[in-house]
Amino acid sequence: MTDLLQHAFNGLVNGSFYALLALGLAVIFGMLGVVNFAHGAFYMLGAFGAFILLNEAGVNFWLALVIVPVVLGLFGMGLERLLVRRLVALDPLYNFLLTFGLTLIFQDLLRMKYGSQPQPYPQPAGLRGTVDLGLFDFPAYQVFVLVFSVLVSLGAWLLLARTRVGMIIRAATERPELTRALGIDVGRWVSPVFGFGIALAALSGVLAAPMRAVSPLMGADLIILVFAVVVIGGLGSIFGSVAAGFLIGMLQALGNVYVPGLATTSVFILMAVVLLWRPAGLFGREETAV
Amino acid sequence: MTALVFRKLGAMSRLWRLVAVLGGLLIALALPWLIYPPVAMDIVAWALFAVALDLLLGFTGLLSFGHAAFWGTAAYAAGTIAIKTGAPFPVAVAGAALVAMVLAVPIALLAVRRTGIYFAMVTLAFAQMVYYLANQWSSLTGGENGLQGIPKNLFGLDLSDPFYFYYAGLPIALIGLLIAWRVVHSPFGRVLVAIRENPARSRSLGFPVDRYKVMIFVISAGLSGLAGGLYAISHGFASLQEVYWTTSGKVVIMTVLGGIGTLWGSVIGAALIVQVEDYVATSGIHLGPLNITGPGLITGLIFVGVVLLFRRGVWGTIAHLVRSRRRGVPDVEPHLSGTPSVAEREPAVAPKS
Repeated sequence: MTDLLQHAFNGLVNGSFYALLALGLAVIFGMLGVVNFAHGAFYMLGAFGAFILLNEAGVNFWLALVIVPVVLGLFGMGLERLLVRRLVALDPLYNFLLTFGLTLIFQDLLRMKYGSQPQPYPQPAGLRGTVDLGLFDFPAYQVFVLVFSVLVSLGAWLLLARTRVGMIIRAATERPELTRALGIDVGRWVSPVFGFGIALAALSGVLAAPMRAVSPLMGADLIILVFAVVVIGGLGSIFGSVAAGFLIGMLQALGNVYVPGLATTSVFILMAVVLLWRPAGLFGREETAV
Repeated sequence: MTALVFRKLGAMSRLWRLVAVLGGLLIALALPWLIYPPVAMDIVAWALFAVALDLLLGFTGLLSFGHAAFWGTAAYAAGTIAIKTGAPFPVAVAGAALVAMVLAVPIALLAVRRTGIYFAMVTLAFAQMVYYLANQWSSLTGGENGLQGIPKNLFGLDLSDPFYFYYAGLPIALIGLLIAWRVVHSPFGRVLVAIRENPARSRSLGFPVDRYKVMIFVISAGLSGLAGGLYAISHGFASLQEVYWTTSGKVVIMTVLGGIGTLWGSVIGAALIVQVEDYVATSGIHLGPLNITGPGLITGLIFVGVVLLFRRGVWGTIAHLVRSRRRGVPDVEPHLSGTPSVAEREPAVAPKS
């Protein structure tokens, strides 16, 4: 029983990465209609950002947790203004391809500088041991990741659901023309929202650095799993993408207990089931397109 | 857009068409004299792969971002058949194409339940599943080491010289291209274009849209399998790289670079990308302190450049120039099925001036 709980806990920790990445994807998709393939690359850049800050400037984990998302978020805003914006009016195909190309570029640049070998990143002081949560001891860092991602997800939800900015963003997502007709400058919010989504990816990258090895390819395989997650959860729903993230993390961990070797495949099997049963996703609305 | 190309082809005199076909064949036959023969074979295999993708992307408006699944599975299948049975390599390649088509049926049935960019994500995810399975099933695929020592059997002929193998393999690719051409220029192909342009209207006209999508997906997978099988036999080797997502991306950029929905443009796109990657892999590009050795950076830059500046692609640009000189025909950007073309759609977000 405790064994099972332990697996479920590890699953939730993995799921928190899916959730944060899916959240960023969903926010960007909602506002711009863009599926950002480079999301995994920004996760990787986040991890490398923390790694570089530590080794070149001696900046510790906690500062990196603030600096890296802000810097990469700003970089994302620049990217939106320079490149993504030019293609937004066209078919979503083109921004998907653009961000795919950017992924290859980012990956190769870091591979040329640091090689493909995974680099270690030390766990932050103070989160090295384990914490006793009643039933058994959990690794402190993993507990921190889980709590922190839940808080970030909640924060993002509060921002979208309870603030004026969130109201504008939700309105612009659902009815861009109508929102504009009501005198709200929708275009003004596009860059910040894109940057926010990128910052979330960078944040999960920094969180991943002490847990997973830092390598140029760490984001690519992950983002494809996250695509499966958002197909399951429904990209149109912020809540759905976060919930699906945690759910699939759990499912993978528990699936691995009962059917070892099926951990990676289980996500795709679930995706197949969802496509048959609820094509719009568990939490998604029916699309208007045929 | 395709309809316009058709109209243009119709206007082109028969003589010119004959000259174009013969010229293309001549180039195909002369290729191993002009460039390193193994690279020539690569170009031919990738060209067929890119044409197969264009059947979906260009003619039906479905972006499959998981075609590596069919190319790669066929590579393993062709290798396994050739090793285990010692069959002549065309039989192994044909068998591999069949395996790819069988794999495509369930994936297509599931993927057509979503449209637009979701279709791309679903196909990408299923291809990744195939990748993981290939990685795990190492007794069959050789795992990280790949499937090695695939023979080039053909009734006792010695095909170990890539120069001769090119001429043995070329007919297979030509048959594949002929099938693709036949599909596009058939009533079936016209229905596909109708589905791309307006799926709702096609459905209300009584066409079973999803069934058409599944059929063309399976045909495209079969042709990709033909290409992948040929590629594996030519290299004597099938690796995980063949099922990896970068391979899916590479074939998409070939099609986009050549010109979406132009069929023969894909051949040009494939030739360009294979040549560039071969050049980068063998000599690298040296710009001052920058040494570009990996193909990823170059492919990525081509991706970004083409998508931003050259969306019509090579063939599409030529067709556009020819067309606009004749008469002012409106030009439509290629788009996915189920998403309205730009002309009829209000931009989601007004670009700030």
